[in-house]
Amino acid sequence: MIINHPLLGPRDASEFVHMGDASLMHRPDPKSETAADDFYRYQYLRDNPAGLYAELWFHEQGDRSWLVVTRNTLTHEIIDVQLARHIARQKS
Amino acid sequence: MSLVDFDAPINFKFNGKALQGFDGDTLASALLRNGVKVVARSFKYHRPRGIMAAGSEEPNALVEIHASGVCEPNRRATTIKLFEGLDARSQNFVGSVDRDLLAINDLLSPFFAAGFYYKTFMWPRAFWEKLYEPIIRRAAGLGSIMKTPDPDSYDKGFLHCDVLIIGGGPAGLLAALNAGEAGKQVILCDEDFILGGRLLSEDIDVDGTPAADWAKLTAHRLMMMPNVRVMKRTTVYGVYDHGIYGALETRRDAIGLKTPRHILWRIYAKTSILAAGATERPIAFENNDRPGIMLAGAARTYANRFGVTLGDNAALLTNNDDGLRTSARHVLDVRGGESVVNTKGRSGVKSVTLNSGQSLPVDGLYMSGGWNPNVHLTCHKRGRPKWDDVLSCFLPDAGNLPADMKVIGSANGAFSTQAVFDSANAACKTLGIKAAMRPKSEDAPVKVTAFWHVKTKGRAWVDFQNDVTAKDIALAHQEGFSSVEHVKRYTTLGMATDQGKTSNVLGLAVLAQASGRTIPETGTTIFRPPYTPVPIGAFAGAHRGTHFKPTRLTPSHKYSAEQGATFVDTGYWKRAQWIARPGEKGWRDSVDREVLTTRGSVGICDVSTLGKIDVQGKDAGKFLNKVYVNTFSTLKVGRCRYGLMLREDGIAMDDGTSARLSKTHYITTTTTAKAGPVYRHMEFCRQVLFPEMDVHLISTTDQWAQYSVAGPNARKLLEKIVDPNFDISNEAFPYMACGQITVCGGTRARLFRLSFSGELAYEISVPARYGDALIRALMSAGEEYGAALYGTEALGVMRIEKGHAAGNELDGRTTAAHLGLGGFVSGKKDCIGKVLSAREGLNDGVALVGFIADNPKDTLHNGAHFSAELGKAGPNEDLGHMSSVAYSPELKHWVGLGFIAGGKSRIGETVYARDFVRNHHVKVKIVSPHFVDPDGERLRG
Repeated sequence: MIINHPLLGPRDASEFVHMGDASLMHRPDPKSETAADDFYRYQYLRDNPAGLYAELWFHEQGDRSWLVVTRNTLTHEIIDVQLARHIARQKS
Repeated sequence: MSLVDFDAPINFKFNGKALQGFDGDTLASALLRNGVKVVARSFKYHRPRGIMAAGSEEPNALVEIHASGVCEPNRRATTIKLFEGLDARSQNFVGSVDRDLLAINDLLSPFFAAGFYYKTFMWPRAFWEKLYEPIIRRAAGLGSIMKTPDPDSYDKGFLHCDVLIIGGGPAGLLAALNAGEAGKQVILCDEDFILGGRLLSEDIDVDGTPAADWAKLTAHRLMMMPNVRVMKRTTVYGVYDHGIYGALETRRDAIGLKTPRHILWRIYAKTSILAAGATERPIAFENNDRPGIMLAGAARTYANRFGVTLGDNAALLTNNDDGLRTSARHVLDVRGGESVVNTKGRSGVKSVTLNSGQSLPVDGLYMSGGWNPNVHLTCHKRGRPKWDDVLSCFLPDAGNLPADMKVIGSANGAFSTQAVFDSANAACKTLGIKAAMRPKSEDAPVKVTAFWHVKTKGRAWVDFQNDVTAKDIALAHQEGFSSVEHVKRYTTLGMATDQGKTSNVLGLAVLAQASGRTIPETGTTIFRPPYTPVPIGAFAGAHRGTHFKPTRLTPSHKYSAEQGATFVDTGYWKRAQWIARPGEKGWRDSVDREVLTTRGSVGICDVSTLGKIDVQGKDAGKFLNKVYVNTFSTLKVGRCRYGLMLREDGIAMDDGTSARLSKTHYITTTTTAKAGPVYRHMEFCRQVLFPEMDVHLISTTDQWAQYSVAGPNARKLLEKIVDPNFDISNEAFPYMACGQITVCGGTRARLFRLSFSGELAYEISVPARYGDALIRALMSAGEEYGAALYGTEALGVMRIEKGHAAGNELDGRTTAAHLGLGGFVSGKKDCIGKVLSAREGLNDGVALVGFIADNPKDTLHNGAHFSAELGKAGPNEDLGHMSSVAYSPELKHWVGLGFIAGGKSRIGETVYARDFVRNHHVKVKIVSPHFVDPDGERLRG
């Protein structure tokens, strides 16, 4: 498997560590009244789509960037790779 | 036109008998040349078996290769290049291969029908494991495994190319030539040791020259091209994601030598061209498995390529025109109504019985049931081949190939040599590669009539390697297995080491006939990697023994080894576990001495393996507030603080200390085991959760050598090392102080007044390259105090005596409250894990306390579970467990830490620590976890 790193180009999957669903980027507001329920959902509930799926990968044997990799779970085709930091900054 | 060098004889042994072959022979061709007919015994029925094919699809002729004291089973005689001194032996028999005692299984065949495992030997139940299974395992199976370590070596390699061409027959050679001439980076892999594929086996011409000569010339041209890498004896065995291919190169067949026998290549290709050829099918008829019954194409390979005459009185049974190329005295074409209903000849076919009733004496029988394109690699990414009625075979589904793969030649159903060449040029054209040449060769049309099975009462083999007959398949269908996947598993069709190369389609056809369906209605199984077997050793490569994983050595490793340290593996690190001195009889002697010396005077321990993360930036303190339960933004410059880190689910993740060197600079430490995961987690928090913070991280674990200097004489010792302009008195440098200093006359260092042992203690660090010099300087300065170097055992004893949690307590199930650190969780601020740590289920009142045996002479064991009484022990009686124990040389009895319901409120009570693994049950008293110096006077002194 090859991940096309936005800064470093195509890199072998063995350089990366996988964490899981990119929804983990969206940490709920701890001050919210519904924080307990929000964090429960954030921590434990995942979709299991047949098709496009965004996941977090860490370039541990590389530049230590966290990436958001969008993969088709039916074909393993990688559609899109972005720096997680870039996406997080746009959001905030 | 044979490709064997008759001037170069090669001596080899088969079943102990000295034989001779020639350079260019395979073991199979050399055996045939020497008239050896019975090569092996079959899997289940122990039927005598000969050589059926000439390539990697061979199901029968499996042999063991022997070398001094070592052996490798299940090697196909057809793929072993004959070498001087080869010692090959038959396998799967008791007694001799000619008179195998287990041939009785053949007479018992009614008991071994499909699913016999599930039907027989069921009763009495206890007999299965003790009697039936060992007997079956002895009787069935393929070869026997060597029980000593594999003496061979293996290697791995990585290659990149524009075009990977899989198969070096006419299609692959022409495609490689085209791509090579076009300037592409090309890799051409072929499993054989001579390029050419079927061109070496058929008596045909290409451009007016013999086909084998054309192959030789073309191969030569390719090898001259700097941009083409020709890899003979290299099988591409698997297709993986994103243009990655696995290939196994065989460097030699001999075993037990030092140089790598196989190289496992990982090939990254932009495009691949599959030119894997086709495999001939057998025909199922009664007793079609006798030695001397061979695929027709294989017979031509042996005659044309190897110059081996198989007999001058052979018969041919065919359903297609290609079979008619084979020279045989009796030609039986099923399209003309002729067929074979039975054969005779125990150790080699002697006669065939025709459907007319006539019996023909023969010395060989060649069969051709048509050709199956080798579609295997097109299926590795879930492609499903499609049945073609005209060609009577499965073809790759062009709409469902691995991305960037083209299939050419007979692998794609182009069966005449001309059609093969044309398909190669056409595929290259679609890739924008011009044809370098347009060779001319025979263009015979495919004329085949599907014909699979001559039904008689006896057994007709379908899968020769797994001993599956047409009857087994019919029986499976009769018993309700209609799905091809179910039939495969029930009968084991196609599940042997050849993965059904010769049997799958025939089996499918027999099933289709039995169920009255067409082949497309019956469906097909698809192929998974590997195409041919890959030795496990090749996957391991050089990563075995000590090279299985990296080894990390601490800065004091050399010195510790000189002192006689025993090392323990902690992750990749080797850490000194204890350092024995002369006269000490066991590890406990050394550990007790190291603890008592440290507590009595001074001890030194290498703590460089603890993770160190440099945290810098305007928001460094704010960032640490988020990742630790404690507040770090308020920490004064020049001070350290203990920190507990939670996972987002509220469970404790790690602990350590953070030192503030300046307003914008902290150094945090992690446990040895969690250095990697904690760094990863902190980068996640920094980049993804809190991207607005101005903070940067870097791991400096390897950059600094760090030693703990502990004990009442620690300060006196350090004053001899630390340069005099730095005041390290208790007033100037109190407990939890930190600072940047110099040592030994100007060497940059950091000093932290931290104590894991509970003694007056410091941790001192220098750039790693000075680590060896510093440990020697410290030990030499400590000589006058009798300083001891101590290892991880003494470190563990002292932290248990002090009640500090470590890996045994931070085991992925415990919360801050369990560890007695609930008070650390700041109420004022948010941190990772805070919200979920408040969940009701996590706050169960269990907490860490100390334990001592009621009878001080008793030992304690970790892993023991607590219960109130000695009676029944189960989940309902369970109160908690002992996590860490040690013998305390200071207190002269065992001490333990553990988690118990009720925690500190139970101090003073007595419970039982019950260890059912060691069968050791001890009455224990619940005490404070701080066994030594509970008020912490020593560490502040």
